[in-house]
Amino acid sequence: METTTTNFLLAGVGGQGTLLASDIVAEVGLHTGLDVKKSEVHGMSQRGGAVTSHVRWGTRVASPLCEMGKVDFFIAQEMLEALRWLAYLKPGGTIVLNKQRWVPISTTYGQDIYPAEEHVMATVSGRAGKVLALDAIAISEELGNRRAANSVLLGALSTHLDTAVEEWLAVIEKNVPQKHKEVNRQCFLAGREGDWSYKK
Amino acid sequence: MKTLMSGNEAIARGAWEAGTKVAAAYPGTPSTEILQNVALYKDIYSEWSANEKVALDLAIGAAYAGQRAMAAMKHVGLNVASESLFYSSYTGLNAGLVIISADDPGMHSSQNEQDNRHFARFAKVPMLEPTDSQEAKDYVRLAFDLSEQFDTPVLIRTTTRTSHAKSAVELTDRAGVEKRPYVKNPSKYAMIPGFAKMRHPVVEERMKKLKQWAEESDVNSIEPGDHSIGIIACGAAYQYAREVFPTASFLKLGMVWPLPEGKIREFASQVEKVYVVEELDPFIEENVRQLGIAVEGKSIFPILDELSPERVRQSAVKAGLLPAEANGGALDVGPLAKRPPVLCAGCGHRDVFWILRKMKVTVNSDIGCYALGVMPPLDATDTIGCMGASIGVAMGMRIAGLETSNVAVLGDSTFFHAGLPALADAVYNQTPVVTIVVDNRTTGMTGHQGNPGSGRTLHGKGKDIDIAAVARGMGVNHVVSVDARDLKDVEKIIREAVKLNEPSVIVIHSICVFEEHHNREEYTIIAEDCNGCTLCFRIGCPAISKSEELDAKSQRPKAWIEPSLCVGCGLCFDVCAHQAIEPGREKVPA
Ligand SMILES: Cc1ncc(C[n+]2csc(CCOP(=O)(O)OP(=O)(O)O)c2C)c(N)n1
Ligand code: SF4
Ligand code: SF4
Repeated sequence: METTTTNFLLAGVGGQGTLLASDIVAEVGLHTGLDVKKSEVHGMSQRGGAVTSHVRWGTRVASPLCEMGKVDFFIAQEMLEALRWLAYLKPGGTIVLNKQRWVPISTTYGQDIYPAEEHVMATVSGRAGKVLALDAIAISEELGNRRAANSVLLGALSTHLDTAVEEWLAVIEKNVPQKHKEVNRQCFLAGREGDWSYKK
Repeated sequence: MKTLMSGNEAIARGAWEAGTKVAAAYPGTPSTEILQNVALYKDIYSEWSANEKVALDLAIGAAYAGQRAMAAMKHVGLNVASESLFYSSYTGLNAGLVIISADDPGMHSSQNEQDNRHFARFAKVPMLEPTDSQEAKDYVRLAFDLSEQFDTPVLIRTTTRTSHAKSAVELTDRAGVEKRPYVKNPSKYAMIPGFAKMRHPVVEERMKKLKQWAEESDVNSIEPGDHSIGIIACGAAYQYAREVFPTASFLKLGMVWPLPEGKIREFASQVEKVYVVEELDPFIEENVRQLGIAVEGKSIFPILDELSPERVRQSAVKAGLLPAEANGGALDVGPLAKRPPVLCAGCGHRDVFWILRKMKVTVNSDIGCYALGVMPPLDATDTIGCMGASIGVAMGMRIAGLETSNVAVLGDSTFFHAGLPALADAVYNQTPVVTIVVDNRTTGMTGHQGNPGSGRTLHGKGKDIDIAAVARGMGVNHVVSVDARDLKDVEKIIREAVKLNEPSVIVIHSICVFEEHHNREEYTIIAEDCNGCTLCFRIGCPAISKSEELDAKSQRPKAWIEPSLCVGCGLCFDVCAHQAIEPGREKVPA
């Protein structure tokens, strides 16, 4: 059985909207006529734990989970989480990195250390073929709502896929409340427009 | 057009399409969303029950009365409901009864990773297991038909990955299902020994017929491929194996009990070597081996934890079934700071565990968000077992002469689920146990469902039950209510209670920030007064971290409160010994 799949991994911190963002990626795939599977674990309601979601597009997708080292697009919503799940990205794959620091309590009461930005960037660049690094929160805040940061990241991601802009916008608008549609649209377009390529 | 649905949404849809009239559940990951989605269909009566046993009894009653009914629960929920599973296996039903058991291999949110396929064999009922959302939906309908055809409850087992993964589903309409008239028949529905003796042969006969059905049904299908490797698989593991062995021959089992022995033999005769890829226990493997077929499973694929495509591949490579491939999986990223689940900023449970830790009492805790009181830096808890175990375990430790004082701690939902009989025991035997109910008026852990304490039902307003009044009504003389934010009172009340020679109940109102807000804006560190003493670091609030600025004298980092995370509870202010924290402004009521 010959199958081609495009694998996405989204990783963030509980409260960052990882699941909604991955729902959007999955639905866009379905809209374009592909078979889609997506997997995440929810059910821990507390804010602040590590969250991941796997999305796979293909002609026929079996497993809902991506394999380590085989992810084509890694959307990291936070820098420590980028490192934690980096092994899922295939060597030479694309990472969209939100340059946010969300410090876990293990670094406050314990001996754990939050990684330095230089270390994150160097490690990520060592693995990925393409690094798109941006401060999505600052961009979305400027456009009116810091909670629309994920649309900025999806906009940046979309420039590396063939899917039409209208497909993305239609799915985003379907998934966000009426009063936030416009800001999410603008955030998505801002994500598309910028040049976020990180050069080593 | 197909719709993207999680397995749980698909099960709810399947129940609706199958003409289900009654559905009941107690929340539990990964099953919770089933009833939340059933609730969207107005032509089904649905409820959150007080616990899984009540949910199943209610569904059984509805099926006796002639309406299709469903109960849903997580794997350990079926432990609680197992008594009812066993008697309903004997009585059979009138209209169809389907029971969903959502297992959690890998324990994403559970206290163990039991394999509930054993329950099907144990209780002598059939079990179906879908591999994706389309099958999840289709199998619910099939399960109702089987239930009525063979007069048996039917179990559907999902796992976290089939429950929560989303895939495309084709929708159909609701079936028109007539209510079946109820006819009184005690020899079938009233299980006194004399009647039950007559039902047991019926059960054995039924399982024989179901075995025949399993042979003929295409839910168990041979998918021919390369003859050198033959894989038997079910559930999520089937999908992983399909991914990793794209060309192998497969026997896909949609019915995991009873097993189609003839089909298994036929498959084995077509391939050179048989392997079973299954999550958790060697359930299929052992049954295949009993048929005298040479088979390998757990010698290759791990018994622990959930499987994944890479775990299946790595195991297969190690066993020489597949060539090693360079996937670049391994990677050194340096030391990684942990990010475990933590009590939310401002969660009232934190105040309670802060005091318990300070008092150095032995804490027999229970299942819920407050179980996180066991984690550093709070580190306040000694034991956690299963829902409602806290009170019984606390009594046992007390009776056995524990050297320190001890207290039982449980949440409001847990209190109504399984705490009540234990409290009755304490009153009845006058065991001097201190029961602390951390009452946040929600079932927090599973996503903020209502419970009898909050009075909020699956559909809105029901009647709330006052926990303190229940305790008094049961005969507890010493019942005190207090707000978690009144730290000094909380401590004083617990100190008094542990000295008593009779059972006591302390109801602590503890805020869940998803339900209620604190009445102040964010707090701030007064940098010139903070000397980096680390006291406020030890409450484990995720809004507090080390700042870049060091105290000149101690050379320790000062504290920092992240304004976007602080919800203004004030615990850090109460804890700080240097008055280095400034309370937030009082909120003006809107
Ligand atoms: C038998 C069983 N059913 C369901 C669950 C899932 N579960 C875990 S904690 C919990 C309830 C927590 O509610 P509560 O006691 O009010 O505490 P909170 O999380 O609100 O602090 C549930 C239903 C379980 N672990 N075991
Ligand atoms: S969800 Fe509610 S009960 Fe659970 S940790 Fe957060 S605030 Fe506490
Ligand atoms: S007031 Fe203090 S303890 Fe409470 S949420 Fe804010 S920082 Fe955390």
